[in-house]
Parts: sequence; structure tokens; C-alpha cells
Amino acid sequence: MSETINLTLKIWRQKNSASAGQFVSYEMPGVSTHMSFLEMMDVLNEKLISKGEEPVAFDHDCREGICGMCSMFISGRAHGKLKGTTTCQLHMRHFADGEIITVEPWRAAPFPVIKDLVVDRTPLDKIIQAGGYVSVNTGSAQDANCLPVPKKDADEAMDAAACIGCGACVAACKNASAMLFLSAKVSQLALLPQGQPERKERILNMLSAHDEAGFGNCTNTGACEAECPKEISISHIARLNREFLGANV
Amino acid sequence: MFSVLNLYFFSMTTLNSKIPEGNLSEKWTKYRSTVKLVNPANKRKLEVIVVGSGLAGGSAAASLAELGYKVKCFCFQDSPRRAHSIAAQGGINAAKNYKNDGDSVYRLFYDTVKGGDYRAREANVHRLAEVSTQIIDQCVAQGVPFAREYGGLLDNRSFGGTQVERTFYARGQTGQQLLLGAYSALSRQIAHGQVTMYNRHEMLELVIIDGKARGIIARDLVTGELERHFGHAVVLASGGYGNVFFLSTNAMGSNVTANWKAHKKGAFFGNPCFTQIHPTCIPVSGDYQSKLTLMSESLRNDGRVWVPKKQGDLRRPEEIPDEERDYYLERRYPSFGNLVPRDVASRAAKMVCDEGKGVGPSALAVNLDFRDSIKRLGENVIAARYGNLFEMYEKITGENPYKTPMRIYPAVHYTMGGLWVDYELMTTVQGLYAIGECNFSDHGANRLGASALMQGLADGYFVLPYTIGSYLSGDIATKPISTDHASFKEAEDAARERITKFMNNKGTKSVDHFHKELGKIMWNYCGMARNEQGLTKAKKMIADLREEFWKEVKVPGTDKELNPELEKAGRVADFIELGELMVEDALHRRESCGGHFREESQTEEGEAKRDDANFSYVAGWEFTGVGQKANLHKEALVFEEVHPTQRSYK
Ligand SMILES: Cc1cc2nc3c(=O)[nH]c(=O)nc-3n(C[C@H](O)[C@H](O)[C@H](O)COP(=O)(O)OP(=O)(O)OC[C@H]3O[C@@H](n4cnc5c(N)ncnc54)[C@H](O)[C@@H]3O)c2cc1C
Ligand code: FES
Repeated sequence: MSETINLTLKIWRQKNSASAGQFVSYEMPGVSTHMSFLEMMDVLNEKLISKGEEPVAFDHDCREGICGMCSMFISGRAHGKLKGTTTCQLHMRHFADGEIITVEPWRAAPFPVIKDLVVDRTPLDKIIQAGGYVSVNTGSAQDANCLPVPKKDADEAMDAAACIGCGACVAACKNASAMLFLSAKVSQLALLPQGQPERKERILNMLSAHDEAGFGNCTNTGACEAECPKEISISHIARLNREFLGANV
Repeated sequence: MFSVLNLYFFSMTTLNSKIPEGNLSEKWTKYRSTVKLVNPANKRKLEVIVVGSGLAGGSAAASLAELGYKVKCFCFQDSPRRAHSIAAQGGINAAKNYKNDGDSVYRLFYDTVKGGDYRAREANVHRLAEVSTQIIDQCVAQGVPFAREYGGLLDNRSFGGTQVERTFYARGQTGQQLLLGAYSALSRQIAHGQVTMYNRHEMLELVIIDGKARGIIARDLVTGELERHFGHAVVLASGGYGNVFFLSTNAMGSNVTANWKAHKKGAFFGNPCFTQIHPTCIPVSGDYQSKLTLMSESLRNDGRVWVPKKQGDLRRPEEIPDEERDYYLERRYPSFGNLVPRDVASRAAKMVCDEGKGVGPSALAVNLDFRDSIKRLGENVIAARYGNLFEMYEKITGENPYKTPMRIYPAVHYTMGGLWVDYELMTTVQGLYAIGECNFSDHGANRLGASALMQGLADGYFVLPYTIGSYLSGDIATKPISTDHASFKEAEDAARERITKFMNNKGTKSVDHFHKELGKIMWNYCGMARNEQGLTKAKKMIADLREEFWKEVKVPGTDKELNPELEKAGRVADFIELGELMVEDALHRRESCGGHFREESQTEEGEAKRDDANFSYVAGWEFTGVGQKANLHKEALVFEEVHPTQRSYK
């Protein structure tokens, strides 16, 4: 494995939500293949700063693939081409010497660009606020083992709950639908006994918040599942549909 | 002004922890049953600011809102769900004794005090152990999908520093699931209008009026505007300051700014030098490295730690036969083996690497080997337990831990130090509270694994919502103070002045340059091992770095927009000042305890040697000015229940 590679980056630069953006090319010689993608961006930014130019703004925090903050559309793929991997966990060993890499923000109407690669994802919070919870006040819970949950259900609930809320599903979807995100939460709570009392209202309220925020409809293209860095299964959308029917009868 | 002076005068002479009277096991029950209450009609009139939306802040904001207080919650990420708590992997402790293996509130209390090397306050730790069981109940009720056994009941595992299985977990994503639980409760309150959430906001100043915390100045990170926010009380839940080392397992944005601003306005800083170096992290691979990745401590349940017996043995680990391996933890600590507490495991790794037995390209790593447990349990069992951790390791290093041992090395992970708080979690500033990792409270000189999540949620769900009532009940007549008040203006001016300084500085070096320099100084002289000479040197180096920083730092862009460099600049400025205090604290504490290892104070076997006669106290530092020596105040630690002994895990 070669230790360093030379790359050309074509990065989307946009001053703010009001102004138009454009691609700007940057040469990146001698990139160590052990670096993560974001570390390469750090190196680029250090260079820009030393040249008196403005660094590229991008969202990131944990750099461990769990906070859901990082969000780059890399050469046409949400979080890049590596399956089940967030941008921050993508390492340069997966790129070829001489490669031209385009880097864009999430593109979806409900996610306006704030600056460069940073977008506003608060509409995802709005969906959760509409019902992605169990209404239980602090202090009113019974002993945790009073209600056994079959391991299979708990495991499946955990599969759904692994969603990091990054919005890659929305960015990948031609309809800008957040159905995978929404269904993961609905599914998690529908599988657990604690989620039962509010099961019906939950789904209706979350769906209307989804639509209100301007996310599109799901037409089952499966792009979301393919691009999800946590490999959340599209079967949760199937459950969502069943739940929806159930809620309407 | 007069009352501020008064408060100072009072604090100079005593550091009153306000521990309630009575038997240790009855203190909290009694406190709760007698604390003054605020009636619901009055709660509606009281506003509380919560800075932070992690486990501590998220749970506190939600619980306070449920009680009826009007809450404003702040975080610098784009959503409260992304607080650094999300990254916790291993688990959360609770004294449920579901395993029937002899666990109890007392045992959890005892383990925590001992694990902290007898530098924690007994009454706080006991309370923590008491409420631990309720946390699990609460989280399960919220729909947190903890791991379960085939019968449908909750599963547990063991963690370092204990001999019972009391750790609840959700795969390798326990922090994520607990945080999403708190976030869902918070979201519900946001929807009800009880909490106003301020994402992408950073607190830059604390506002004090007549000696009481009454608000904050926050910068809207998108527009760059400075905002004034009033609260009858202010709660800081802003997390730990491990990033003072530049490289740590903390998220990139984790910072000390909120704490430091409070410190500069009168909140004492407790035990700042107590930092935890976690033994199992992926080693540093290059100078572009931006952070270090933790491999959960739970791996030590099934992984065995070893180095070659021979120095500079370059064979692949699989080729080294058993008799030529030194399983040094099992050898040195037969009863705890690979599960010794973190500080002990980290130092032991440093010791073997210092002896030239380290592995990997840098020789600054040891092996964590799963060969034997895979043989014993099968690959599928190991995959079920640690699959996602193994994957993460492979993503970062390109190596497959099912086939070849992981290489690990200690890294900065957690800060036991933080704002000094009394039993009610109030700092030395009236009406200013600190909860979660940002306070100093419960872990003494070393935190046990799976106890930070427990403490964050204990503080936020079950402690603060009661204790804050004791203060606010005296404040029901206070009308919201206008943010035109001179103190708000003064605080905003101070924040603006610093921003302007950055923007006009036009230096030659980036913020990261200074952050990395600071990190190197801290790691070399105030890291895993410390001594008088090194610390004295570091003190001077950091002071010089501070001067250079203010001359040479360069912040591009403008302050009226999203400007990550400006955000970092402010944080690094505060880290530098904090670094000076940490070194001061490490220098003054001429004993070893927990994570604080003074080379001058060790046993013949190289274990940390405490000096109870002289150092059985919490150091509370009072700010006196930048570059000035801080004033030391002491809170004597009184052990009524547990008798400090030399910790032994042999
Ligand atoms: C990789 C890793 C793994 C861990 N694993 C475990 C584990 O298995 N078990 C365990 O018990 N502990 C674990 N810990 C420790 C534990 O996760 C933390 O101590 C704990 O989550 C801290 O929670 P907190 O709420 O205090 O702070 P955080 O979760 O750090 O939250 C801080 C909040 O404050 C906000 N904030 C900070 N500064 C400002 C400011 N100036 N203005 C506005 N907002 C601000 C942030 O936006 C954030 O919302 C782990 C830690 C790490 C790093
Ligand atoms: S930075 Fe947290 S998931 Fe990538």
C-alpha cells in the first residue's frame, strides 16, 4: 500500500445561505493514506489559513462515526463510497493516487446551506419533537426488570435505534425524503412494550411533521439504505407503512 | 458589588460542602424529604438556563421542564442529540444486583470511593450509588434498548475496578442510547414549549448580579450575534476539558470555555490536575492526527494485554509463542488481572513501553489479544459482544482484530477535576450549578469505567431537580431581570472585546498550531507521570505560549458569520489558562493518587503512593488574574465509612 497519494479536491464553497456557491479546486499532494478524510480537510485548511485564505467550513465533532455531525457528499455519494462508514471514519487508503474528489454539502430543500459544507438539519429534530419519545416523566418508572422484552425484539429495536441522525438518507434520496430516519424511531418504539400506549398518535404526528418540514415522499428507491452509514434497514420503512395502516383504522 | 466581595470573603475562609447531618445511608433521603419546595405556580415564574445538552444537561433540562420551570438549553452542535456523551461506548453502572453476585448500593459506593483513591466526598458518592438504580428504570421506561438475555431480562457485564457484573449496556453504543433517551425527553419538553433550545450557540460569559448568577452571554454561531439571556439560576453541564491535551478521545468541540468563564467570575476550580488517561486507545499514527479513538474498556473482559518479553521483538504477534509473552497485568495483579482500574492499567502500559517492550511502528503500544477468548467462546460470541468495536478498529487501522491482536496505548479520556460544587451541586457562585463531567465531584482522583454516564444522569435526572429547589425557593419573589442591566452589558462588552482582538490580531500562526503546542507540553509534563522539575518547566512554557498566542494567533474570516476558527481561538485561549492552573495544581499536590502520579511519591513496586496526612483534601482554586498565582482553598475529606488504605488490586 502506497503511503502517500496526490489528490485534486473540488470543493463546494458558498459564503452563506443567501449567496450562490461554486466549486473551487485545490491540489493536495502527499496525502498520507493513514489519514482520515477530515484530517485531510484539516491539512487543507491549515494550508489555506497560512495563505491568508478562508478555510472550508464543515460540520464534525466526535470523529468516531457516532455523533452524526459530519456530512459530506463525496464524489456523488453521501459520506463517500465506503459502505457503512461516516465521512469521519473514511480513511484515505480507500482513494487512488491522482484521484479527483468532489466534495459537496447535503443537498436537500429542507437542509439549506449555512456555509460551504455546513447545512441546517434542524428539521430532523422537529420530527422527533412531534412524537419520537415515550411520555414518561422523570421518577415515575417502575423497576426495569418488571417488563421482560424478548431478546429478539430488543435487538431489533437496537438495530433501529443505531441511527445517528446525520441526514445521509435525505441527501441520498431523489425525493429528499426522511422516511428512513423517521421509520427507525417509529420502529424502535413500536418494538418495545414501552412504546405501545402512544403507538398510533406517534406515527401520525411524526409523519405530519415530516411533511411540514418539506421532506418528500418515499418511493422505495432504496438509496437511503444503501448510503446509510449505520446500515439502517429499509425494512423499518415497511414496518412504518404497516404501522401507518394500523394507525388509520 | 458589595455582596460579591462578601461572598469572596466568606469563601476565602471556608469551603463548605454542606453535607447533611446523619448517617451516610440516610443523608440523601432525609435531605430530599426536608428540602424546601417551590410550588407549581411559582415554578412557572422561574427561569433556568442549562448550558449543555449531554447526559447531564439534557436530562436536567428535561426534568426541570417536567417540574414546571421555564428552561433555556444551549449547545454548540447543530442538535442537542450530538453532545459528546453520544460517543460513550461501554456502559453504565447501577447497583441493581440483578446478577445476584453480591452487589449493593454499599458495594458500588465502596468501589467508587476506593477506585477514586480516596479523594472523593463520601456523601456524594453514596447518593450516586443510591440513585443509580432509578436511572436504569428511567431509561428503560424511555425505550432505551439495553442488551437483554434470552429470558428478556436486562444483561450486565463487568468493567475495570470491580468484581461484580453491574454494567448495563446497549451494544457498544451505550452513551448514544442513553443520550437519545434524554434527548427524547428533552424533545418532548421542547414540543411542549417548556424548553427553548438554542442549537449552534456558545456561552461566552457568565452574568453575575448582586453576587448571584443571573444569566449568560451566548454567541449565535451562525450569525455571529452576541445574545443576552437571563435566568434565575444557571446550570453548567458543558462536559470535560480533556482537549487541553489537544489529542484526546473527546469530541473535537469539547472545551472548557463555559467552566473557565465561570471560574474567572468566582467559581472555584476543583482538583484541575486530576485527569484520566484511558488504557485502551488506538495509538497515534502521524502528526496530522486530530484525535484519538477509544476502544471500550469492556474489551478487557475478553482481551488479554501483553507485550513480548524481549525488548525490540519485531516478530508478528501471532508468531510469538506464549512463553515469550509477558501478560504483565495478569502477572502483576493476579486477582484483578486485565480488569485493574484505568490508572493502574495505563501506567503499567507506559512502564513496559519505557522498558523498550512496546509494539508497533512507534513502539508506543501494547497488544490486546482476543485469541484465547475466540478459542474459548467462538468468533460469533466475540462478534456479538464487540463486533462494532472490531469494525471501528479495522476501519481506522486497516487491521483485523479477529486475526491479529489490537494495538493499544493510553490516551487522555476524562477529567475528574472541574468546578468545585457543594452537596447541592452549587459552585462557589450563588445560583450557579455544575453537573456532569464539568464538575469535580464524585470520582476522586480516578473514575471507574461506566461511572461517568451514571453520574451525568444522576445529577441531571435525580439530584439537581431537587437541590435547585432549595435555592430557587428563596428566589420566588425575584422578577426576571432586564437584560439591559449594566452587568449584562459589561459581560457582553467583555465577550465582544475578545472577539475583536482575535479578528484584528492578524498574526502568523493558526489556532491549531498553538493548540498542538499546548497539548505537547501538557502530555509531556502533566500527563501520565509528573515530577517537580517537569512541572516547573511546563509552567514557564505555558506562560510563554500564552504570550505568543496573543501576539501571533491568526483568525481568518469575520465575526459576523459561521467561523469555526474564531470558535476554536476562544477555546484555545481558555485551555492555555487552564493548562497553567492544572500544572499549578499538579505541582502543589506532592503525592500520587489515582490518575495523578507524582514520580517522587511511589511505592517500591512503582504503585501510586498517597499521602493522606497532608493531602486528604479537595483543592479548590480561586482565580486571581491571568498569569497570577491562584489562591488555594481546601475542603478536608472526612472518611466516616470507608477507611483509606493503600489501594491494592493484586
Ligand atoms: C470515547 C468516550 C467513551 C466513553 N465511554 C464511557 C462509558 O462507556 N461509560 C461511562 O460511564 N462514561 C464514558 N465516557 C465518559 C462520558 O461519556 C462523559 O464523561 C459524559 O458523557 C459527559 O457528559 P456531560 O453531559 O457531562 O457532557 P457532554 O456530553 O460532553 O456535553 C457537553 C454539552 O455542553 C455543550 N457545551 C459545551 N461548552 C459549551 C458552551 N461554551 N456553550 C454552549 N454549550 C456548550 C455541548 O454542546 C454539549 O451539549 C466516555 C467518554 C469518551 C470520550
Ligand atoms: S464527526 Fe461524529 S459522526 Fe462523523
